[in-house]
Amino acid sequence: MTQTLTELTVWIGGAAGDGIASAGESFAKACSRSGYHVFAYNSYQSVIRGGHVCMHIRIGTHKVYTQGDELDYLIALNQDTYQRYAKRVMPGGAIFYNTDKFQAKPDGLAKNVQLIGLPVMELAGNQLMQNTALMGALIQVIGLDPAATLELIKERFAKKGEAVIKVNADAFDKGTEFAKTKCKPGEIRVGQGDGRRRPLAGGNPMVGFGMVAAGCRFYSAYPMTPASSLLHWLVKYGAKTGLLVKQCEDEISAVNMAIGAGHVGVRAATGTSGGGFALMTEAIGEAGMTETPVVIVEVQRGGPSTGLPTKTEQADLFQLLGASQGEFPRAILAPRTLQECYTAGIQAMNLAEKYQCPVLISSDLYLAERLETFDGVDINHIPIERGPMVAQAGSNGYRRFLDTPTGVSPRALPGTAGTIYTAATDEHDEDGVVISDVFTNPPMRAKMMSKRMRKMDGILKELPAPQIDGPRNADLTLVGWGSTYQVLLEAMETLNKEGFSAGGGSAFGGNVNVLCLQVIWPFPAEAVTKLLVGCKMTMSVEANYTGQIVKLIRMETGLSIQHHLRKFDGEPFELKQVVDQARTILKTKPKESVVASVVSDEGLPPDFSPIESPATGSEAVRQH
Amino acid sequence: MAQVKEYIGKIKPDWCPGCGDFGVLNSLQRAIAELDIAPHNVLVVSGIGCSSNLPGFINAYGFHGLHGRSLPVASGAKLGNTDLTVIVTGGDGDGYGIGVGHFVHTCRRNINMTYIVMDNQVYGLTTGQASPTTEKDVRTKSTPDGTIEIALSPIALALSCGATYVARGFSGENLHLAQLMKGAIEHKGFAVVDVFSPCVTYNKHNTYPWFRERVYKLEDERHDPSDFRLAMEKAFEWGARIPIGLFYKVDRPTYEDEEPALRSGKPLAKQPLVRDDLAAIMEDFI
Repeated sequence: MTQTLTELTVWIGGAAGDGIASAGESFAKACSRSGYHVFAYNSYQSVIRGGHVCMHIRIGTHKVYTQGDELDYLIALNQDTYQRYAKRVMPGGAIFYNTDKFQAKPDGLAKNVQLIGLPVMELAGNQLMQNTALMGALIQVIGLDPAATLELIKERFAKKGEAVIKVNADAFDKGTEFAKTKCKPGEIRVGQGDGRRRPLAGGNPMVGFGMVAAGCRFYSAYPMTPASSLLHWLVKYGAKTGLLVKQCEDEISAVNMAIGAGHVGVRAATGTSGGGFALMTEAIGEAGMTETPVVIVEVQRGGPSTGLPTKTEQADLFQLLGASQGEFPRAILAPRTLQECYTAGIQAMNLAEKYQCPVLISSDLYLAERLETFDGVDINHIPIERGPMVAQAGSNGYRRFLDTPTGVSPRALPGTAGTIYTAATDEHDEDGVVISDVFTNPPMRAKMMSKRMRKMDGILKELPAPQIDGPRNADLTLVGWGSTYQVLLEAMETLNKEGFSAGGGSAFGGNVNVLCLQVIWPFPAEAVTKLLVGCKMTMSVEANYTGQIVKLIRMETGLSIQHHLRKFDGEPFELKQVVDQARTILKTKPKESVVASVVSDEGLPPDFSPIESPATGSEAVRQH
Repeated sequence: MAQVKEYIGKIKPDWCPGCGDFGVLNSLQRAIAELDIAPHNVLVVSGIGCSSNLPGFINAYGFHGLHGRSLPVASGAKLGNTDLTVIVTGGDGDGYGIGVGHFVHTCRRNINMTYIVMDNQVYGLTTGQASPTTEKDVRTKSTPDGTIEIALSPIALALSCGATYVARGFSGENLHLAQLMKGAIEHKGFAVVDVFSPCVTYNKHNTYPWFRERVYKLEDERHDPSDFRLAMEKAFEWGARIPIGLFYKVDRPTYEDEEPALRSGKPLAKQPLVRDDLAAIMEDFI
């Protein structure tokens, strides 16, 4: 019995080196070009060959916020994948595999799951065509138009010539033909797409795109997963856009080069993950002290130390906040969506120059490496704000670090006649003359500190104010930051859909909204306080062990989040985990106000007070 | 030719009386004046250490950065604005100790800039510990029984890493040093000038008289600076006779010459910030 749904999910699994990412990307792109919304997430390991890799691709006729928890169709490129996931395929789904590789036993499969084994050698004459042939069969069984995939094959192999295109297109056709003649049409179908060809990207390219759009001309970096794809994207567009991309000997060099370029007036950035960011630490203070614009993208992965190179986590918040000794102005943006990655790239470039300070973009593997469709971004109205610049000295001479009401001193670039100065990492006066060693001058020191720190007031006013998504006066507010935004939105929609009853209450006891922060620093304390005071119950959702955003919120507002869902197993939150935890709280907990919860009745810090709740299926999910 | 006094900074150097760095500063001012480069077109980048205070003492743009990180800052600045004359100054601890990783790779890169190292074989600003160029068995505050490690050879290191102009001067030979610096600034590529710049306070071993007894000029002995093997041999000559002068010079395309983003010839800092090519990038996402 065929069921036409608004979405379906395909998993492609195998070993590293099996070409899973490229097969998954092709499928994702074929769908995004056929009018579907797509969200794909590749779960992989830090090995070049072997290991286990599985790409989850969810497509829908509506916006799909996450990779989804369920599995309708599985392409198993090896026996390991089959054994891991075959039993999870939903009733009416199908499993595709290469019969030359292994024999699949249909034991324990859900009802009406088709087991589709392709004799790849016999069909395509070449084992290298395995992925293409299996993809053909999948497209046929799901009932998607093969035209988009054939178009992609042509594009992908255009440089390799007609012969290569033909071999691949033939293998694909053999796969569709096999499925047409030997298999039943798939029972799980997705409705017709809307025909729009949507852009498909990940967070790293979108941050890069935003920075390029805002005139970034210099990017220096040392390779580090999961920031490397930002380097690769920028290299690809470097030659086309006049962006200089420099691979450096280490992250210390990378950030210092970007600072050097920023010092002479080039919009410059560097990118890394937590370990590399740790090496950049000292130079972030250098940018703060010398008042040099620089943008640093920190794509978090599982820590500590080398940690989980290919897994996601949100555990570097305090590293971002505390990077470098002493105090200096900085901004930290935490984009939550692909569009926000783009706008954060633009905004970071502007803030860095306008306020002459380091601007950090906090991302993570889950945001950076996903593949998701989006409905476009504004490429025609890019604000470019550099702040005050001087082309020549005035009659009173030039003071590079002039004390002004905003803390921002007009900037002259090296090469300008009549405005010579030295930018020093030692404390200095308004002229840039070092006061640290010989002429120690406490009032001057205090004046220069105040001047620099005053810039934070201006930055705060420029940043988007935090907002609550969803119904006002909800019974439970889900609190998070950065990349978990969309899973929170989906959880909210799921709960509110199932929960509402005609009487205004709900079947399980309430409805839900979301407060997910996209600005970390300067912390919008006043706005967050106002929003939280109006909340009934709160539950934080964070991919870390200690509850970092919860701590920051309490530090800055004095308010404590009551309930907590934390995950640190390296995999992104599943919708079910968030929904189950929220449901439990709504069912069992008294509806006390967030303000009252500052005092914990368990004698523990409030964010460590455990609540009883059923396990959600993953041992490493820590629930309080 | 410009006057040397045009390059005198507004701050009086705070080095100890008799410090070798005075001679280095004077020679550098003379070299730039002789080359007639306007002060505002010069950027002097340094790290941390006594010698790294130099940017404040010269009338030119300056960036007085972190300990050991002057070369990456200077590299970014030069790649960002190729119209600037970029000169990096620092000491042996800054350049051959904490910053040696950057030194190695900057030599490979051959960016068109000059690196002047005031090599006094000791950490001065931290009051006299052993440095990477302290000779074996020399007693310092951190090695009261004498250093156990052997000294690094900056000349050999620069040569082996691919620097295209490698010289050594002595701050007791000002005019000779100025000529080496002039050649370094004029050289198209990464030029290293290691300078014996005695620390009169903390190095009682490598003193002015110690150097005067030993140094001789390579050019007086018809050294051929195009001969790499000979340069390498001279790099390790140490003892009764120590060579100063130009060890090696070779023309190799600079990093800027081969960098695609710089092909237009217009410095990055002078490129427009508003773009008109975003639609094409957007199309690639589809």
